[in-house]
Order: sequence, then structure tokens, then C-alpha cells
Amino acid sequence: MVKSSATRLDRRAFLRVAGAATGAAAVSGIPGIVAAQKAPSFPKGTKLNILEWVSFVPASDVEFKRLATEFGKLVGVDVTVDLINMNDLNPRIASAIETKAGPDIIMMMSNWPHLYADGLADVDDVAEEISKRDGAYYEHNKKVSVVGGSWKAVPLCSVPSTWAYREDWFKEAGASKFPDTWDEWRKVGIALKKKGQPMGQAFGHSLGDPNNWAYSVTWGFGGTEIDQSGKVVINSKETLEAVKFTVAVWKDCLDEGGLAWDDSSNNRAYLAGTISATINGASIYFVAKRQFPDIAKVTGHGHMPKGPGGRFYNIGGQGRAVMKYSKNQQVAKEFLRWFMDRPQYDKWMAANDGYVVGPTPYWERHSLWEKDPKLVPFKEAVKFGRWPGYPGVPSRKASEALVKYILVDMYAQAIKGMKPEDAVKWAEGELKKAYA
Amino acid sequence: MADQSIEPILAKSATPGASAIPAPVVVVAVPKYRRPRRLGHLLEQEHILAGALLAPTLVILTLFIAYPFVLGIWLAVSDKVVGRPGNFVGLQNFWVNLNDTIFLRAFQNTFVYTFIATVLKLALGMGAALLLNHHFRFKRIVRAGMLLPWIVPTVLSTLAWQWMFDSTFSVFNWMLMNVGLISQRILWLGDGTTAMGCLILVNVWRGMPFFAITLLAGLQTVNPDLHEAAEIDGATAWQRFWRVTLPLIKPIMLVVVLFSMIATFADFQLIYVLTRGGPYSSTHVFGTYAYEIAMRAAKLGQGASISLFLFPFLLMVIVFQLWYIRRSD
Repeated sequence: MVKSSATRLDRRAFLRVAGAATGAAAVSGIPGIVAAQKAPSFPKGTKLNILEWVSFVPASDVEFKRLATEFGKLVGVDVTVDLINMNDLNPRIASAIETKAGPDIIMMMSNWPHLYADGLADVDDVAEEISKRDGAYYEHNKKVSVVGGSWKAVPLCSVPSTWAYREDWFKEAGASKFPDTWDEWRKVGIALKKKGQPMGQAFGHSLGDPNNWAYSVTWGFGGTEIDQSGKVVINSKETLEAVKFTVAVWKDCLDEGGLAWDDSSNNRAYLAGTISATINGASIYFVAKRQFPDIAKVTGHGHMPKGPGGRFYNIGGQGRAVMKYSKNQQVAKEFLRWFMDRPQYDKWMAANDGYVVGPTPYWERHSLWEKDPKLVPFKEAVKFGRWPGYPGVPSRKASEALVKYILVDMYAQAIKGMKPEDAVKWAEGELKKAYA
Repeated sequence: MADQSIEPILAKSATPGASAIPAPVVVVAVPKYRRPRRLGHLLEQEHILAGALLAPTLVILTLFIAYPFVLGIWLAVSDKVVGRPGNFVGLQNFWVNLNDTIFLRAFQNTFVYTFIATVLKLALGMGAALLLNHHFRFKRIVRAGMLLPWIVPTVLSTLAWQWMFDSTFSVFNWMLMNVGLISQRILWLGDGTTAMGCLILVNVWRGMPFFAITLLAGLQTVNPDLHEAAEIDGATAWQRFWRVTLPLIKPIMLVVVLFSMIATFADFQLIYVLTRGGPYSSTHVFGTYAYEIAMRAAKLGQGASISLFLFPFLLMVIVFQLWYIRRSD
């Protein structure tokens, strides 16, 4: 719990920085108060509770809590931060919205603003102010945060996944860099698997890695779940090609244990040296640097290969939403505005050390990208980022398709022996029910 | 009980001007009449006392069982999603479920999982109970140790099993390969059939102690003279078990089967931790699928309707077993 103990000097310094950084003469909130040269004030005893996931980068959580404490001291508000497992966020959000009680700010993953739109307050003023200052948001960040023309979350970041790969093994297999197209990827994969160094991909029931293949590969071959009008169009020759390709590389290139893998299995397999490459966030690399330095030295990151339809990443992005039931919406918005301000966001991004990418191209200039060139592909990945339901709206129907693992199971069933045509047809039937 | 006080009553001579010899004084204790306390009087009545003692339980059952159950029924017949009020839609959710291939798979899986696991738990539990009913050294330690799978939190033990079934690090694969029984690793959780087998195995491992201990309690109520008499009459061990022991422990056996079936039908954490319904939704059961739909897709109405599919089957199981027990009596 944070107790208010701000000094006048600290508040003045804060106001100067905030005023300079925003550069806007807004008439409300902290910038407006700066213009009026008055300290921000909220009623005594005002509390702010923030709910977030437990980050894969512990230093990021430490920095976030520190920043939250700093905000609390500056404006005289009691700020508390609760961190829970990512999988526990959905039930917490559901119960908070239904009981109209709980945290004031809750982290949103991917298209959750669409899923919980009715329980979220509009944050247009904050989101648009940030965009005016730092430039337009990446398309996927904006798509998942805007519902019916209103901003329901302030985009926070993206957590892209690229291919972590063993540069040394790839070189021995004849690839001096990570393959650029799926055909090249397959050639290298065949050579690697023959040497007992297959690549690894999860096709189990977890929301991260399996969907990173299922959606990215489908889009890469030109297939999509729906079109822009929301009509289900998965049953196409492009999707069929993507499924046939996956079935072929399952045998040729991939570790055949992947059907049971969840989001952590590929991390363990890579760090144990049983696979040569896998799609993942930067967490594999971070753990390798800490615990397996020899593997970290020979680990590089490559982009999702290009297919006939292009290069895509299933990213979605993260944001922070102010809850409609909150009695502290003004404080919550001030916190988001302050946190997303450059001095604060810079520190939080530095603490993440390349695990996250900013919501706008402004943050591509951050110095951390020069510190370690191996992390640059993560920065670049967001340019190819798409959302569940692309090219349509990332609606709650897209969420239903996601949690039913329709695309993942389409690939998994084909791998297990179902005819690709039947697998695609099955996915079409399920998607039609989800989008009905 | 009213307080009693004693007042002396003096015996008096009936005739005035009687003799100067004083009449004997007799003191007799007589309870003073007090109006009984209202509460005490009420609680003396058996039906009121019974109601007062049952009231706390009824309140808890109403708040935590009956109310959520009724709310669940309402949700199941509504189109409720998180953040929006629900509208009555009749049986539409149930109709959608019956046309959902994943739901139908979950339906089948729930019955297969429950039936096979219960039969195995009963058979193994009975065997363990029969063995433990004999005297041997360290019997108490064995009995206590046998309960460990039941006591350890399900999530923790299931995580350990997950490691044992891991496609890369499985200790089973390592052992089988080292003794030469297999040359290629078995993908325990990577195939629908083996994954279901693994789930049943873990459920049996966890639930068998409950059967064993409960059936052991039942075995210990069987009079050993009956076995002795049957033995004298030439009955084999199997005949003694089938014709003497089993009929006598049938009621307790049916009770433990009933409890186990209810818990296994509604199982969630074991499947969620081990496979989360994968691979390719081949191990989804009612509990896990309802959770995904209700919590992750925010469709509370649809999720409630999936859960409620359990209710008629569980009700039938309970009614049948209770009828069977009464008939045996």
C-alpha cells in the first residue's frame, strides 16, 4: 500500500516534466493543472487499484510497481497493484464486471476490449492524446482497442513472437541466416531433422504458441477465417495449401511431440537442446542468457517466413482499460496518461529489455534495440502484426473461435491423419457456428 | 424448569379455643409457581429444536448451493454474456450445444472417462481394501500412506504427472527405452486415445484410496463368523467374497460409487492441468469446455447450459442407486 507523502518540490518538478512532455494545453487533467500551475488533487483517501498479469520478465513487474508508487506519491493517491497469472485474468474480469466491483484498471490482452466492451469506460481522450504526441498506433493495437468507434483501452504494447533458432545448427545445415520463405524454411528443416535437430511447434490447447502458427501460417498462405464483412471464408484453396504444408512439414521438419505441447513446452525443449528452432517471445533468449549462456550465444531470432499471401504475425497487443464501474475513473485516466508519457514509459520499456514493443513507431527508436541486435526482429515484427478475426473485426465471435481452438485443431486433426479437405471443412462448420 | 422455593405451611388446629398444647408444626416443601420462559418452552418442542439446529445448514445450502443452482438454470436459458443483461431464449443454448461437434465430443468423453475410471477405482479399491483387512506388519503405515494420492492437492500431483507424460522429458519413456521395450518415445498426451488413457490413469491413481478406505470400513463391519461358517461349509475364497462379503457391503459400495461418479462427472482441474481438452479437443469434458466458453469467450449462458447437461444424468444415477439400496433393504 502506498501512502501519500509527496513534497511540494517533487510535485512541481513532476508538473514541469509532465507539462513539457505533453506539450499540450489541455483544459482538464494533469496537463490542464500544469497550465493553471496548481498541484493535482484528488479527494483525500482516493484509492486506485490496478490488476495486471505476472510478466515473464520479473524486472518489468518491479519497475511497474515502482512507477505506480511514484504516481501515488505525486498525486496523493493510494495506489495498489495486483499481479496474477495470465490465465486467471478472464475469470477476474468477468466477476469484476458482473459484480460491478474490483480493480479500477485492468490489463487487456489481444481483443479483450471487444469481449468486455460493455464493462469498460471510454478512454478516447487519453488514447488520442498519446497518438497525437507519439504518432499513429500500429494497426493491430488500434483494432483491438477501438469498439464501435470508441477507445475501450489505451494500447500498452505488443509482445511479438519470432523464431528463436540455433544459428550454429542452421549454418551446418546450409543456412547462413533464418529462411525468408516457407519453402526455404522447409528445405532447412528437412536437413535439420535428418541430423536429429528438428524444429518445434506446439499444437496443443494453449492460447499463445499454437495460435502463433495456426493464424500466421493461414494468413501467410492467403487464407483467412472471415472476410471484412464477417462472412466465414476459411474453406479456400489457400487454407487447404496451408494445411497440406503443415502436414508435410510435421513429418519432415518438426518434433512430433508438438501435439501435446503448451506454451512452455517449446521453451523447455529448446533450452534442453532437443529442437533447433521454435516460435516464441523473447523469454527463451532471456532465460538462456541467465542460465544457459552457451545456448544464448548461438541463438538468433528470425522472422516468420513469407508465404504466397505475405508475412504475418498473430500479435493482438496489450492494453489497459478503465472499468465502467470504477468510482475513480478520473484518477485511472490520469495514471494511464502519466504512465504512457515518455519519461515513464521509457523506463518501463527498458525494464522489459526487448520483451515488449511500444504501441507506436515512436518507440522503435528506443536505445535498447541498439544494445542487443538479436532483439531487433521483435521490434520489426509488429509491422506485420494482425489480430484474431483479421481482416474483419476482432469481435467476441473471434474470441469464441480462439478459445475453441478451431484453427489450431484444424491443423492438429490434419496432422493426426484427417484429410486436409475434411479438416478445413470441419473448421468451416465450427467457424460458421461461432460467427452465427 | 421453574425455580422452586419452599414455604412452610403450618398445620393449624381446626377448633378455636382448643387446648393450650401447641399443635405440631409440619414443614413441607412445595415448589413456588413461576411462569416458564418462552424460549425454553419453545425449544422443548422437538420439531422446533430440530428446525433451530438445521437452520444454519439450510442457510449455507441455500446461499451456496441452491441459489447458484437456480441462477445457473436461469443463465442456461438466457443469452447472457459478460457485461450485458441476459434475455430469455428458452432451450436455444442446449440446441446450439447439440449441434456443436466439440460439445458432442466432450459429452462422449465425460461418460467414457467417468465410467472407465469408476470401474477401475472400484476394482482396485476393493482389492486394496481386502488386502488391508488382514493383519500384517506396518499395516497402519500402509493404510496411512495409501491415502497420500487422495490428500495431495490435485493440481500439484497432476503437474507432476504432466512431467512424467511430457513428450520430451517423460520418465516413462526413459525407463521403457532403457529396458528396451520401446525404441521410439510414446507421445502420451499427443494422441487423443493415449491422452484419455493418461487422464483415466491419473484419476484412478488419485481416487482409488477413497474407495479403498471406505470399502475397508465396510469390510470391518462384516462378522468374521460368517466367513468361518462359509469356510466350514466348503466355500472357496471367491465364493466367500461373492456370496458373503459383497452382499453385506453393497450399501456402502453403492454410496462410494455414487460419490465418486458425481465427482468424476464434474471433474475439471485434472483435465485442465494435464491437457486443457487437447489434443484437438479430444479430451474435453463438460467442466473444461464449459469453462472455456463461459470464462474465455465470456458466454455465461452457453457455458451454464453445458454444465447443466450433467444434471439429469447425475440425478438418474442418484435415483437409481438409492432405489437399489432401498430395494436391497
